[in-house]
Formats: sequence, C-alpha cells, structure tokens
Amino acid sequence: MNDQPIIEAVDLCIDYRLNKRWLNAIQSVSLTINPLEIHGLVGESGSGKSTLALALMRYLAPNARIPQGRILFEGEDLIPKTTAEMREIWGSQINLVPQDALASLNPAYRIGEQIAEITRLHKGLSKPEAWDRAVEMLRRVRIADPEAVARRHPHQLSGGMQQRVTIAMALSTQPRLLILDEPTTSLDVTTEAVILDLFRDLIRDNEAAALYVSHDLGVVAQLCDRVTVMYGGEVMASTPVIEMYQRPLHPYTISLLASLPRPTEGAETRLPTIDGVAPSLAERPHGCVFAPRCPVALDKCFDEKPPLEHIRDSAGTSRLIKCHRWREIDDGTLAIATTPVQAEASAPPGQHYVLKARDLDITFEKPKLWDRITRKQKKAVHAVDDVSLSIRARSTLGLVGESGSGKTSLARIIVGLYTADDGEIELLDLPLSLDLHERSREALSELQMVFQNPNDALNPYRTVGNALARTINRLVTTDMSQAAIQRRVYELLNLVRLTPQYATRYPAELSGGEKQRVAIARAFAANPALVIADEPTSALDVSVQSVILNLLKDLRAQEGASYLFISHNLSAVSYLADWIIVMYLGHIVEEGTQEQVYNVPSHPYTEALLSAIPNPDPTVEQGEIRLDGEVPSARRIPSGCRFHTRCPRKIGAICEDETPPWRDAGDEHFIRCHIPIEELIALQQTKPDAQPQPVAQAED
Amino acid sequence: MARYLLRRIVLLLITLLITSVVIFALTQLLPGDVARLILGREAQPQALEDLRLELGLNDPIPMQYVNWLSGFVTGDWGTSFTSGNPPIRPLVLERVGNSLLLAFYALAISIPLAIFLGVLAGLNENKWIDNVISVVSLSVVGLPEFVTGLVLINVFALGLGWFPASATAPADATFGEMLSQLTLPAITATFVLLAYVVRMTRAGMIDELKKPYVRTVTLKGLPRRQVIVKHVLRNALLPTITVIAISFGWLIGGLIVIENVFSYPGLGRLLTAAVERKDIPLLQASVMVIVFFFALANLIADLLYALLNPRIRLE
Repeated sequence: MNDQPIIEAVDLCIDYRLNKRWLNAIQSVSLTINPLEIHGLVGESGSGKSTLALALMRYLAPNARIPQGRILFEGEDLIPKTTAEMREIWGSQINLVPQDALASLNPAYRIGEQIAEITRLHKGLSKPEAWDRAVEMLRRVRIADPEAVARRHPHQLSGGMQQRVTIAMALSTQPRLLILDEPTTSLDVTTEAVILDLFRDLIRDNEAAALYVSHDLGVVAQLCDRVTVMYGGEVMASTPVIEMYQRPLHPYTISLLASLPRPTEGAETRLPTIDGVAPSLAERPHGCVFAPRCPVALDKCFDEKPPLEHIRDSAGTSRLIKCHRWREIDDGTLAIATTPVQAEASAPPGQHYVLKARDLDITFEKPKLWDRITRKQKKAVHAVDDVSLSIRARSTLGLVGESGSGKTSLARIIVGLYTADDGEIELLDLPLSLDLHERSREALSELQMVFQNPNDALNPYRTVGNALARTINRLVTTDMSQAAIQRRVYELLNLVRLTPQYATRYPAELSGGEKQRVAIARAFAANPALVIADEPTSALDVSVQSVILNLLKDLRAQEGASYLFISHNLSAVSYLADWIIVMYLGHIVEEGTQEQVYNVPSHPYTEALLSAIPNPDPTVEQGEIRLDGEVPSARRIPSGCRFHTRCPRKIGAICEDETPPWRDAGDEHFIRCHIPIEELIALQQTKPDAQPQPVAQAED
Repeated sequence: MARYLLRRIVLLLITLLITSVVIFALTQLLPGDVARLILGREAQPQALEDLRLELGLNDPIPMQYVNWLSGFVTGDWGTSFTSGNPPIRPLVLERVGNSLLLAFYALAISIPLAIFLGVLAGLNENKWIDNVISVVSLSVVGLPEFVTGLVLINVFALGLGWFPASATAPADATFGEMLSQLTLPAITATFVLLAYVVRMTRAGMIDELKKPYVRTVTLKGLPRRQVIVKHVLRNALLPTITVIAISFGWLIGGLIVIENVFSYPGLGRLLTAAVERKDIPLLQASVMVIVFFFALANLIADLLYALLNPRIRLE
C-alpha cells in the first residue's frame, strides 16, 4: 500500500447561483483522506458539509459551480472530467450511502433489483449472478433471511433495514471510497448503535476509506479516526479524533463540545452556549466566519480572515486550523470557559401534584364494519396500555423510549389531542375530561404543548406578534384591552430572550431555534401549570439545542411551571428531568428519579438505551449492549414481558409467559422485570457477556 | 391484490346503481306526458290511458324504476319513441362501437405525444423549451372544439384534400378508410386533451426528479437515459394514468361538439338527439352506457396504478 491519499480536496471553492448572483458556499476548503481512514466531517446545518461531501464525488446541484480548486482522487483530478467519465467512477470507485434511506431507494423496484443493478453495470454480472450477489451483500450487512428481503420493496422494510440496504448497495462493488451522508440521523439510538458497529466492521473489511458526514459529535467520536469541523462553508479545524476531543484548539470546536448535554450533569447547572446563529449564504462575515459568535474574538478576527494553516501543536500532533488565536489556546494562555455554570436557584419541586393520570389506555385502528363483515382478523394497535404517571409542581418528568414506544401518544392523550379509551386525569386536583371538547378554558390554558418541529407548529401567514396575541386572546379568561395584549406579547418575547422587533416578523424570517422560542413563548402565554414538550430540540442544531434547554430550565425557575419532557435523547432528558419514566410498547417499564434510572439497577431496556448513547469522548467506549431489531409492531405485542423478544438479559420461559411484576428498588424506584433487584444489581455491575451477532462474516 | 380487485368491482357496481337512480329520477322530472308525447296532441283519452297501462306509467314510481332497471340489466332496453319505434339496444351498441373507435384513435395520437412533450418539458423545467410547450398546449386547449374542427376541415379537407370533411363512413368502408375519416376529429380531440396530460406528466417528472432516489441511481453510475426511462418515468407517470382514464370517459360520451362538426354518428350525438326528442328510454340507456364506460375506465386506471405502485399493491 502506498501513502498516496485516497482523496484530496485542495483549495476547493463552490458557488451557488441564487437570485441571479453567484454566492460562495464553500470557501477554499482542503481535506485529505488516507487509505483505510474513516474521516468525520462535522458541522451544523448550513455549514456546507453535505455540499462538500457530494462535491468530492464531483456531484453538484444544477445551480452550483466550482470556480477554483482541485479534487484529487488517487492522484487524478476529477474536476476536468466529463459526466460520462465520472459515471465510470460513480458506483464503482466512490459510492454514496445517503441520508434518508427510504427516499433514496426507488419505491417501484425490489430491493434485490436495486442492488443488482449496480453490479450488473460495473462488474458486468448477468442478471442471476447479480441477484445472487445482492442476496450475499444483504447477508453481509447481517440481514436475516436475505433471500426474502431481496424480493421486498423498500417501503416494506423498517428504517434500520432500509439503511442496511443502502450500505449493502454501496459496498457491493468494493469501492475505494465511501461517502456516508448522515446515514443514522433518522434512526433510533438503539438502531443507530447497531448500524454504527456494522459500518465500522464493514469499512474495515472492505479496506476502503470513508468520509462520514454528521452533525452528531458523539457518533463521530465513536467511529472516526480523524475529524474535520466545518462552519459557514469553511474548514475550521481538522484533527485526529482523540486530540479533537481532548485538546480542541479552535474556539468553535471547544464551544460545540461544551454545549453537549451529558448524562452525568446535575440539575442545577446551565449548559455553555454559542450565542447567535450561523451566517446565511448571503451574509458571510468579511473576516473569520465564526467571529460574530466567538467568545474570544479580537478586532483582528472581524477584519481579516485567518488562513487555513497546517500546523504541529505543542504536543507534536499535525492539524489543520483556521484561527488567529490558536497559539494562545495551544500554550494555555487563553482559556475558554467550558464548564457548565450554576443555574438560577430554582425552588425545589413542590409536594403537591400538578397532574395525576391513572390507567390511561388508547387503541388505534379498531376493526371497522368492513373488517367485521369480511371476518378479517385485524389487530388493533394498542399504543398506550394502562399507563399511570404523576408530575409534581415545578418539576420535570422525562419520558423516554424508542419510536413506537407510545410516548407521543401518551403526550397527546394528556393534552387532549387524542381521546383516551379509558383512564382518569386530574389536573391541579380537579378531574380533567379525557375529551378535549369537554375541557374548560381554564384547563386548556393550564396545559400547553411544544412540538418537535417548530416549522410545522407556526402558521406561516401570521406574524409572531399576531400568533402570540391570538393565543392570549383565546386562553386568558379575563378581558384584556388591545394594549394589554400587546404588552403581554412583548413580555412573552422577552421571556424567551427575543427582542420586541420579532413581533412583526413572519416565521419564514426566523431560524429554527428562534421559531422554537416563539413556540415556547406561545405555550407560556397563559401561565400554564404544565408544559408538554415533545422532542423540542431534536430538529435543532447542537449549538441551538443547548440554548433551548437552558431556556426551558430558566422558565421553569421563573414561571414555576412543570414539564413533561419527551425525548429519545437521553442526554437531553438527563439535563432537565427530575423524574424519568421509560416506556416500551405502550407500557412503563421503569420509573424513578433521574439518578435512580441512570444508575444500577435499571430495567434491561433502560440499560440498553443508555448503552447505545454514542459518547462524545472517543476514549470512553460505548456501552456494549445492543438490541437486535426494532420495536415490534404494536399490533402484535409479545406475550409475557413485552421486551422478551429483544432482551439481552432474558432468563427463560417465564419472560415469555408471564407479565413481569413491579419490583421496588427502594425510594419509589420501580422496575418491571422478572429478575429480582439484587440479581439485577449483580448482573449490571459486571460487564455483560459478548453480544450475539446474528450472522457471522461469510465472505473472504 | 385479488381483494383489492374485488373491492373495486363492488364499488363500480354501487356507482352504477346510484347513477341509475339519479338518471331515472331526473327523467321523471322532465315535463310532459309520455303517452301524449308518443301519440300526439289529438290522441283520444282512451288511447292515452291504454298506452299508459301498456307502458306501466300508472305504476308507482319505485315500481317503474325496478321494472326499468331489471329490463336494462337483462338486455331489454325498450324501444325508442321515434317513428317506427326501433329497439334501443342495437342502436346504442352501434354508436358505442363508433365512439370507442374514435376514442381509441384519439388516445393513440394524444397520449404518446402528450407524454413525450410532458417529459421534455419536465426535463427542461423553466427553460425555453418548457415554456414553449406550456404556452402552445395551453393555447390549444383554450380554442373551442368547433373552431379547431372547422379550421382543420378548411385546411386539410377542403384546402389540401388530405382527409374527408365528413367522418360518416359508408357501410363498405375499409378500416384504413375509416381511420382516414376519423383523423381530423381525433386531432381535434387531441387538442383538447393535450394540455391536461402534458401538464400532469410535466408535474410528475418535476416532482420525481427532485426525489433523493434519482441522485442515488445517478451516483450508481447509470447512464442518464436509463435514469430517466427506467427509474423516473416509472414513477412520474402514475398520476398521468388517472388523467388519461378521465379523458377516456370524456371521449366516449362528451364529444358532442366534435361529432356534430364532423357529423360522426357517436354516442354524443345520439344523446343530444334523445334530449331534443324527449326520447326518454333512449336517453336513459345512452347515459347508463356512458357512465358504465366512464366507471370502467377509472377502474382500469386504478388497477393499473396499483399494479405499478407497490405501495398500494402490497398493502
């Protein structure tokens, strides 16, 4: 093997044509990927990371151009090549694993045909040979029963399976370079962990190099050898992964790492944040792109763009960096505060309960008349089954589980968007009707919701002020004058740290984080007792996520509200929640305080969820427990313990036959499992056995 | 799939049943006494009463409906009120044959042309070729059929003499002669249809071209032609199928103007004649036949759609 890089971008620029103007999207970027290297490309939305990744394949949007630079693929410049010449390379030497697997597969063709197409084209295989090869590739990505899966269509597979198909396809021609564009972003954390293990093995087996594009620093830490950080279309730093996490030299990298919520942090802290928003394509700063948000920017940084320097730091590590002040950071004379700061003292959770819910139950898709006539045995979807919970004043109850666990259905029942089939809810000690239409205006104003996607939650044709005023009008029971409503609008904007000017803006003029702040302001319009936040940060960038989490924490202290905080991101939950409940297939499997749930003993499912979190520190190994497959369909709930089909700690027939008992682990910490508490503690304090892998490597 | 088919056929029958009720109810609302209509102004009251009894006009209306429907289903479509009282069924069926011939001919011209133009426009979104196709197809659809029909007759029949002006074929005409006679009416119908199908195809192409799977297949290294024909077209044409089915229904029963301009004996002209003469049994029968073909075309379109779309086929 020689030392020639697989791919090397040199001084590469990319322009986009928008409104008849050429705007610079990627500015003088350099990137080198060596043989066998997994190179991480990290950045927030709009940083240009996906544009760059695809440009390395010389694949550009129709309105883009490359005004300067070179892309050397094994020493050969790709830029002067014609598209016809690139087709020889695409699919055979550089392959893409796309982000959204379902949308990236043609819905009309069978999985096997779509994989076979690529080997027929590049390897000249006959139809049956290519089909056999496709089945073989599906087996290599550890899909059970690959013959059957090859005959299916994309929509018949789960998200994790679809993503396996795309990697099987990309690997089937043994390319020299794989470009992976956020391939796990839309997956559950448990599925993501399994897929990442698979990527690691397959990329190594294939003796390929890979570029892994991601916004998730945890994933990159666990998978990559070297990391390039992008911001505003420029490379900020490029470093071996360990050094990047242990000794970051760029202020952006330092701030980004610091803003990640970590599972271990206490409740009385605030996350360090990066103020401001990323610059849009049209308004890139003249000097350093990061200067307007940089905590240590000098005047020089605003005037003069720093060069992308190839340096050797004081420890002798070779890095790329684009910062005027890296030397000061390197020798320790300049420190950037990264420890979480103390939060405003908030009153401890009250003794009385804001909300008590008992035995909530909901079933979807009950058999209809037609099914009864045709005697079709159609199974209903039992989404929430016998769930009870209670939330104390000024506290946060975290609700975690994979998609399909019923957590969103539960939230919607409480807020009244779904009418539960059965159960009781008490709000502030008064019974609350399950039917939204029977709830009083007071009850509605006490119970508000913040949704996952702020883009969909705001009416695009209403200004922010108008939207807030309407909510105030609807929910506040006392008559208010126009002036008083206006005053309240400004109060609310101030509450979520937006200036009064925002009242006249339309949602399209706001960034994602700003929209979510408006949504939060709206939820607080009528001083609610309980705010239900359904994945409020999962659609946002890392640097914005920390701002929103801090805001929610501050509002809890200032306004005395309680939260039901729903998330699949256990780190975010740990940052806010006092108590946590863990749901699986419509059942609660564990409940307790944050410390209790995150520590031994925990339900095997909770244990697996925690184990799957990719730690943003490459020296801390990810937990070893992996869950096979996805959450079973709520139409066919497994007998006995619902988790037995995937449980790594299953003890025997009892798990399949009997519903597990609630076990009391002390101090109101409950676990629903057949394994006695003492045994769970003993099991979980020692490392579990090696995990079963479905299929061993069959090739080579 | 079999279940799906069965369900669609049951739905088709229900549609036909409901239309039969509507048609029957509407014809009941038409003013005038049917017996007097047949026998004329000077008819004797006794003769009128006898005829009413014979035709069952004194029965309660639901009874009349059941009699009419059962007759229709068993093939007894009654006799026309016009002189000589010819039986309706052979009359209507002959016209159905004529209309089907014209419809298929018009589709054979318009569908390939429209799809070709739509694909071309979609591939060149907002470029000059797209604009030209859009403007031309839209301005053509804006012209009334009698205008385009007459222009075509003047130019190609009277002026150049390429095609006959009248579409009525002599009894001993060969298939080729019939086609030649139908060319001008088929082109006139094409003008009306073109814009819809072009726009649907164009929109379908543009939608599909933006989907991520197109990038996937391009980056597999597939030649552009294969990307378009094998992958994009396959999905882009799905919405077009529905539009074509609706057009087919219109071609069977809605070509009243075209049939009149070219004096072609199709269903549309039969229908207008029936309305003019208050020939109620003929009116009922022709409308039922038109509705049947309309529903059948939609059924076929739905099945084709399901067949080409695994997300529906495999539910």
